[in-house]
Amino acid sequence: MSVGIITLIVLAIAVGGFFIGRARAMSLVGGDARKLHSLPGYYGQLVLIFAAVPAFAALILWLLVQPMVIEARIGALIAPESIAEGSTRDLVMSDVRRIANGIDQLVAQQVLSEADLRTLSTEQSDLRSRMADVGVALGSDVVQNVFEAAKEYRRISIFARMAMAAVVLLLAVTGAVFAFRRILPDFRARNVSEASFKVLLIAASFVAVLTTVGIVLSLAFETVHFFRLYPAKDFFFSLTWNPQFRGGSDLGIAPLLWGTLYVSFVALVVSVPVGLFAAIFLAEYASKPVRSAAKPAIEVLAGIPTIVYGLFALVTVGPVLRDYFAAPLGIGSSSSSVMTAGLVMGIMLIPFVSSLSDDVINAVPQSLRDGSYALGATRSETVRRVILPAALPGIVGAILLATSRAIGETMIVVMGAGAAARLSLDPFEAMTTITVKIVSQLTGDTEFGSPETLVAFALGLTLFVITLALNVVALVVVRRYREQYE
Amino acid sequence: MTPVQSPRRSLLTVDARTRRRNAAETRFRAYGIIAVSLAMLALAVLLYSVFSNGISAFRQTFIVMDITLDSAALDPTGQRDPAAMAKVTTIGYGKQIEAALVHALEAKGISSAEISAKDVSALISKESPAQLRNIVLANPALLGSTIHFRGYANARIDGYFKGRVSMESAVRDSNISPAQLQLADKMRATGLMEVGFNWGFLTGPDASELRPEAAGLGVAILGSLYMMLIVLVLALPIGVAASIYLEEFAPQNRWTDLIEVNIANLAAVPSIVFGILGLALFINFAGLPQSAPVVGALVLTLITLPRIIIPARASLKSVPPSIRDAALAVGASKMQTVLHHVLPLAMPGILTGLIIGLAQALGETAPLLLIGMVAFVRDFPAAPPEGFFDPASALPVQVYNWTQRADPAFAERASGAIIVLLVFLLVINSVAIVLRRRFERRW
Repeated sequence: MSVGIITLIVLAIAVGGFFIGRARAMSLVGGDARKLHSLPGYYGQLVLIFAAVPAFAALILWLLVQPMVIEARIGALIAPESIAEGSTRDLVMSDVRRIANGIDQLVAQQVLSEADLRTLSTEQSDLRSRMADVGVALGSDVVQNVFEAAKEYRRISIFARMAMAAVVLLLAVTGAVFAFRRILPDFRARNVSEASFKVLLIAASFVAVLTTVGIVLSLAFETVHFFRLYPAKDFFFSLTWNPQFRGGSDLGIAPLLWGTLYVSFVALVVSVPVGLFAAIFLAEYASKPVRSAAKPAIEVLAGIPTIVYGLFALVTVGPVLRDYFAAPLGIGSSSSSVMTAGLVMGIMLIPFVSSLSDDVINAVPQSLRDGSYALGATRSETVRRVILPAALPGIVGAILLATSRAIGETMIVVMGAGAAARLSLDPFEAMTTITVKIVSQLTGDTEFGSPETLVAFALGLTLFVITLALNVVALVVVRRYREQYE
Repeated sequence: MTPVQSPRRSLLTVDARTRRRNAAETRFRAYGIIAVSLAMLALAVLLYSVFSNGISAFRQTFIVMDITLDSAALDPTGQRDPAAMAKVTTIGYGKQIEAALVHALEAKGISSAEISAKDVSALISKESPAQLRNIVLANPALLGSTIHFRGYANARIDGYFKGRVSMESAVRDSNISPAQLQLADKMRATGLMEVGFNWGFLTGPDASELRPEAAGLGVAILGSLYMMLIVLVLALPIGVAASIYLEEFAPQNRWTDLIEVNIANLAAVPSIVFGILGLALFINFAGLPQSAPVVGALVLTLITLPRIIIPARASLKSVPPSIRDAALAVGASKMQTVLHHVLPLAMPGILTGLIIGLAQALGETAPLLLIGMVAFVRDFPAAPPEGFFDPASALPVQVYNWTQRADPAFAERASGAIIVLLVFLLVINSVAIVLRRRFERRW
């Protein structure tokens, strides 16, 4: 029974339970709803919640736990000698899954019966070609031992599927019956139903916490794994980044960190003055029609996906900078460079700086402005001497948030900054960043357990820690500032 | 103590200091105008670059001709049995097309004597035989008759009519020769070739490196659609439930503070970190398939949730307390007050936030790269719910994919795909704006 069908059945039980529960409550009081403690619908809701929630919780839990349990049991069945040279247990496991899937296909197309399967062995039949006939491609001939594991895998999976269906449906029915039997006229159905609903609300708000925990755990777990294979000292202090297919890589973060900071610096040099002056102009100088036209137009920049900026860097800004600037001056010949990525990222960050600064500038009380004007200051003097100092913490917060954006930005640098890890001061040279290397190491062909892939998690953790620190500082600064004038 | 001597001057003559201050004022104002214009200019250049590069992707060069389907070659058994006819590969159909093209050229009186037959057939896309084969297999009765066939021309020919390929570049190009371009010119003049709107770009699947003319966005659009559906179904209830709890029920304590700080931080965590989470949690740990829309959607949901919760809470907060007090006063429970009165009033704001969150999720690329959506996918995913687990692509990832390919024709397609993406975003955001204008209440 597929998960979809189980879901539908549970839903049907729950919805049916709702109507039965409501009808039951009404029939207990002879159709006079006033004699019930709660509105009749609440009795129905009670049955619905008790039928659906435990069943779905069990279903999700089962789906998460089942693969782990099966993998552990099957993994023990694979003999160490059937793991070929250069292969790993994981790869054999995926073969096992594929063979099991192939057997399913063969049985489904009635090429093979369950009885045949029991006696089938790899010596007698050419399993690989038969699998290929049903669209399951295998890399090599099937070893008997692996084949047995696959059969066992299939047997357990089928059993587990049925067990899951049974447990989930049983839970749904039990829950419904349990709630149904509790229905009495003075039973406080509304209180129970509302309390359970509140538990669901709390659970939903925990998703955010769980996400953070998940991020930290998944990053930390694989990072520890990485540091077992590769010394942490070299990762943090080595000045070369040079991953190799066949081991012996240099995986120093320094060139990546340098590239990241350099690109972010260029981006901030572009976006902070432009964003800040735009915010000042819009908040202090612009007439209402100008403001209402210009502000949304700038904010459109924030709504454009980063892939668009990446393409812009790749096909327009990069070649233009190279052909009209770097190449004539003889300072670079690459269209992907720190300048390209920084410039485009700067454009992307303008609305972040400007709309956050606009907010804080507007939050400065009018009395400060009036006081300054009354003393004879011009507008620009008021802005520079009164408003900016008052808004400074908020603006610093905005810049910190923009920095964290710049450091974590991926697509623009993937398409605009290049892939060469180097420590150089020349902004027209291609350099690379942490995020670029996370993408290239995780989408590359290297094997998952190798340090060359796992380094992506260490890079990810570094990135997470840096951006988290910036965000927290920015939030604290902004929050403290806001309280000042409230 | 001597009194300060004020300079004798008229109020009408401006002194140096005032002039300096006024100049500074003008300069400062000019900086502001420059900054705003720079931002607008950047937006204009960005949009212009995308549109000027990409708009041509919607038009394509087609070769239009009549083909007489030779039943002896295409159905050797003569049974009109699709299963048996499927044994004839695209090579067999390719020969039919080549023969038809040569025939058509003769009929139009175009001499192709100076070009080899191989070069003539190179004008046709390598995708066309497959197109023809699908037409015939879908309708075996066509065999033996003459059909009107409209197939893609080779990408270089297409590029020639769009100005990407020129006679000079063709001399240096091993894939196309000036003679072939001249032939194409003659074919266009006689109506054998035409440039028209290319629906295949919107509906067709991706194509391999060698046939950019056939590459389409169908799988990517469908994949993105599937993901948005799942994100909507997951993020709306969870986001609304979380914001109701935090705004209406949560006690003021450390736990609540922790959750709030958490949400604010998650909104600013780089999206690529969510991609790593998706890879580690959903693919390596839970064993979900790579490249599947469901995995992409789960990751996007986690990214979108904080972006939904923050405006949803603001929207709930903006409902005046008098509404709550009134409901409580007539005996509603706290939950009834929230669900029956506060939530419906806050719904327009919540939905606006949701739609904007979805729009951001639609453009998200980096996390999808990490969970394997960058793979080359040619088959359309099945209908939901099974299709959620089939490999698919996504619009922004398809753009990235195309930019990584060597043929310049793919760069044009990437910009074209961006236009499609931007149009979707425009539509989604307009819905949000309309929703806000029409339903949002100011208290």
